[in-house]
Amino acid sequence: MTVKELIEASGYSLLHAGETGDEIITKTYCCDLLSIAMSRLPANSAWVTVMGNINTVAVAVLTECPCIILAEGASPDAAMLDKVKQQGIALLSTELPVFEAALKIHELIKG
Amino acid sequence: MSDQIHLTYQVSGDDFTRAGEASSDVKRMLKKMGADPEAIRKVAISMYEGEINMVIHAHGGEINVTITPDEVEMILSDNGPGIPDVEKAMEAGFSTAPENVRSLGFGAGMGLPNMKKYSDDMKIDTKIGEGTKVTMKVQM
Repeated sequence: MTVKELIEASGYSLLHAGETGDEIITKTYCCDLLSIAMSRLPANSAWVTVMGNINTVAVAVLTECPCIILAEGASPDAAMLDKVKQQGIALLSTELPVFEAALKIHELIKG
Repeated sequence: MSDQIHLTYQVSGDDFTRAGEASSDVKRMLKKMGADPEAIRKVAISMYEGEINMVIHAHGGEINVTITPDEVEMILSDNGPGIPDVEKAMEAGFSTAPENVRSLGFGAGMGLPNMKKYSDDMKIDTKIGEGTKVTMKVQM
């Protein structure tokens, strides 16, 4: 599914819509430790995390991740918001816990 | 040697807002050159971990990157405190990162192990009180 479709279907709060919205998402990934995420995050994943800082975006850029979802009601700091805009990465947030947030996306991807 | 590209980056210390810029830049460049995506990923991960280490532990430093058709060489030099026990520092899970760094998602003791894992060759020269030089190579 595309980032745009994910944004619409998930109902999560939209903080930034990303570059074009046409980027393809094929997987869901969860992790808060950035060194692990950096080495394991599959390309074209929707990444569910509670880390709302600029380094999350840096890792997303390095791993070709087009969409970050902040779970557990985590909110991004100002630097993160600037960086997603600059890098064209979609940013969503939800009050759902990490597992439930990711499961919902997983089910949307699987259709 | 027209098929060699040299790049130099200054990494500022204690400033996470810029960390990752050097590795993103190199990644962008390699992508433009049509390099193998897996090789690009290896360069990006090992260099970003190195950058973060410089920010956390060494008040920044300098990264020199040389790109040739065959390999990417990254030399990360700092004037930080040096690494007292390199073998210990290489252990996955061993970390001396302060609490504020952990709250940002770092400090899991994966930095050096990731650098070792994702580079094809890594050498560490370190002197207590003088600094550390890490040389990493990734085959293209």
